[in-house]
Amino acid sequence: MSLKKLTWSVVSLLALLAVVLAACAPATPAATEAPAATEAPMATEAPAATEVPAATEVPATPMKVEVFSWWTGGGEAAGLDAMIKVFQAQYPNIEFVNAAVAGGAGTNARAVLATRLQAGDPPDSWQGHAGQELIGTYVQANQLQPLNDLYAAEGWLDVMPKTLIPLISQDGNIYSVPVNIHRANVMWYNPKVLADNGIEVPTTMDEWFAAMDKLQAAGITPLAMGEQWTAMHLFETVMLGTLGAEKYNGLWDGSVAWDSAEAKQGIENYKKVLTYVNSDAASLTWQDAAQLVTNGDAAFNVMGDWAEGYFRELGKTPNTDYGWAPVPGTVGVFQFLSDSFVLPVGAPDAEGATAWLKVAGSKAGQEAFNPVKGSICARTDCDPALFGVYLQSAMADWSSNVVVGSLTHGVVANDSWKTDINTALGLFLADQNVDTFDAALVTACKTSGPCK
Amino acid sequence: MLKFKNRDTLLSIALVTPSIVAVAIFIYGFIAWSVRVSLSQWKGLLPDYTWVGLKNYIELFRDARFQVDIRNTIIFTVVFVGGSLLLGLLMAILLDQNLPGETFFRNLFLFPMAISFIVTGVVWRWLMNPATGSRISGLNQLFDSLGLDFLINRWHTTPFWGIAAIALAAIWQMSGYTMAMYLGGLRSISDELREAARVDGASEWQIYQHIILPLLSPITLSAMIILGHISLKVFDLIVAIAGKQLPLDVPAIYMWQVTFDGYFFGKGAAISVLLLVVVSLLVIPYIRYNLKNEADV
Repeated sequence: MSLKKLTWSVVSLLALLAVVLAACAPATPAATEAPAATEAPMATEAPAATEVPAATEVPATPMKVEVFSWWTGGGEAAGLDAMIKVFQAQYPNIEFVNAAVAGGAGTNARAVLATRLQAGDPPDSWQGHAGQELIGTYVQANQLQPLNDLYAAEGWLDVMPKTLIPLISQDGNIYSVPVNIHRANVMWYNPKVLADNGIEVPTTMDEWFAAMDKLQAAGITPLAMGEQWTAMHLFETVMLGTLGAEKYNGLWDGSVAWDSAEAKQGIENYKKVLTYVNSDAASLTWQDAAQLVTNGDAAFNVMGDWAEGYFRELGKTPNTDYGWAPVPGTVGVFQFLSDSFVLPVGAPDAEGATAWLKVAGSKAGQEAFNPVKGSICARTDCDPALFGVYLQSAMADWSSNVVVGSLTHGVVANDSWKTDINTALGLFLADQNVDTFDAALVTACKTSGPCK
Repeated sequence: MLKFKNRDTLLSIALVTPSIVAVAIFIYGFIAWSVRVSLSQWKGLLPDYTWVGLKNYIELFRDARFQVDIRNTIIFTVVFVGGSLLLGLLMAILLDQNLPGETFFRNLFLFPMAISFIVTGVVWRWLMNPATGSRISGLNQLFDSLGLDFLINRWHTTPFWGIAAIALAAIWQMSGYTMAMYLGGLRSISDELREAARVDGASEWQIYQHIILPLLSPITLSAMIILGHISLKVFDLIVAIAGKQLPLDVPAIYMWQVTFDGYFFGKGAAISVLLLVVVSLLVIPYIRYNLKNEADV
C-alpha cells in the first residue's frame, strides 16, 4: 500500500516538475515529459496520450488576425470597435482577435509586445506611433516588412501628404499605415482673457513674449503647463517655432547640430517661455493644465489637439470658451503624430494582417475610426462633414501645410534617444542651465541618434 | 530497489523539490541573468550580450540623474524610517497606558497599512496640492482657513527637499505598522521591571530611557530593516503622487524608464543589480542575526 502511495507521489511530482520545466523552456517539453510517461504505464489510463494527437492534427483553421494595441478605453476603444465593424463587413471569413493591453500611451503595451517579440511570438499586426518610435525599435531589430507595394496598390501615396511619407520611412521603405493624425503644435487660448487685456493672438515668438509680458503684468498666469512630458511637448514646439520646419527636421536627421547657434537660440527661447509658466506645473496632469485656460486661470496652453476632445467633454464651446492657433512661429507647419499599424516579419497570418492594413488605410476605415476618436484622417479625402469645427480646420491645414513630426509622441526620435532627451530635460527644468542641457542633447544625439 | 531508512525524509525532499527548483530558476537564475545583462551592451529590442565589463556601472555613477536618485533615496529613507519609528513608538506608548478606547485607536492607527500605496498616493496627491491663490486646495487650503499661512508650502514640488513630502505620505501609511511592532514589544516587558525601577526611585522618563527603550532595541532594528527595504524599493507611491518627473526620481523609476521606455536593457539591469546589492547589504545581516537567535533558542 505505502509503496504504491510513494510511487504515486513520485509520479505526480515528476509530472509537476515537467510542467515547471515546460513552462520555462518551451523548446524541450517533449524531452521532459517522456520519463513521466514511462514511469507510470500501469498506474493510470494515461490521459496524456489522448491529448497529444488532438494537439498535433490541426486541419485548415479559419483565418484569424490578432491585432495588438493599447486602445482599451474612451473614444479610442470606441473608434477601434467601429473600425473592426468595417473590417468584419469586408472580410466576414476572417476572425478578428483584439489583443489590446491597457496603460497610458502604450507604456505597458510596448513592454508586453517586447516580451512577445523576444519570445518569437509576434501578433499579426500592432499599433505604434508612426515614425522613429516604430522604426528605431522594430525595423532596427528586423521585425517589420516594408509596405511600399501595398501603398502603391491601394493608391495611398496620392491621398496622403507628400511631406508625411519620409517621416514614416527608412531608406525609402514605408513601414506603417497611419490611421489617424493628431496635431502637436496647437496653442489653446482663452478668447475672453485675451480680449480683456487687448491682446491679439500672437503668431511669432516675439509677439508671444510681448503678449505674455502684458498678461504677467496684469497678474494673470500667461501659460499653463503640466507634468514633465507636457514640458517636453512644449519644448519641441518652441524648437520648431524658433528653427522653422527645415532646420527642425535637420535636428533629427543630423544635418543641424544641437550645439549650433539656432538650436541654442531655441533652448534660450524655451527657457524664457518657462518663466511664464504656472508655479505648480509639476503637480498637474495635461487635463489640469488645459482646464486652466478654459476656466480663465491662464491665457495660453500648448497641447496636442486631443485637448479639444477634453474641452468638449467638459461641455465647453469652441471659439467662445477656447480658441486655437498654431504655436507662435509655426504657422503653416503641421507637427503631427499618428497611430499606425504594421506588418511584422513572420506574422502568423500575413494574409489576415494585410487585410487589416487595407481597412486601416481605407477611407471607410478611417472615417469610421476618427470622428469617434476625435482625430483627423491620415488621408486627405475624408468627408469634413463628419467632423467638428476644430477638426475641420485641422483637416484643411493637414492637406495644405508642411508636415513635420513630434518628438514627445514618437515621430522624429527613437525611444532610446527620446529617453535620453527626457532625462536631460528633467535636469534642465530643475537647474535651468542652458549649457549643460545643450551638452546633454549633443551627447544624446551621438549615443542614440544620427549624430557622429 | 533502493532502500531508504526513512520514507518520510524522502517524501519531504520530494515535496520541496519543485519549490526549490522553481526558486532556483525564477529567482536566482534570473538574478544571475540580470547580472550578465548588466555587463553587456544590450540596447534595443533584441538581446546583445557583447561583454562590456563594468561600463554600465561606471557610466551610472557619472550620470547626473543617478546622483539625483541617490540624493532622493537618502533623503527619503532618513525621513521615512526616522519618522515612522518616532511616530510608531509614540503611538505605541500612548496605547500602552491602558486607557479606554485602546482597541479602537489601535485599529485606527493600523488601518492605513491595509491600503495600497497607489490609493495612498492618489489621496495625498490631492492633499498636497501645491497650488496657491484662487486655486488653493488640500492641506494648503486647510492651513489658509486656520490662519496658519506660514505652513503653506509647495510640498513635493519644493526644489531639493520635495521627496521628503512623499516620505510624509509613506509615514502616514507605515507608522501604524511600526506601532503594532512596538506595542507587541512593550507588552512583552514585564510589569515587575517597571515596578522594581519605581521602587528604586526612578522617574517615568528614566524608566523609558534606561529600561524600556533598550529592551525595545531588537524591535527597532527589525522595524528599521523592514522600513528600510521598502524605502529603497519605493516606486508606486512616487508615481501615484507626482508621476515620473526628474526632481522626484529614484533608482526604481529610472530603471523602469531606461529599460522599458528607452530599451537600454544593459543599463537598466545595472541599476537593478545595484538596488539588489544595497537591499542585500541591509537584509542579509539581519536574516543571519535572526537565524542565529532562533538557533540559540
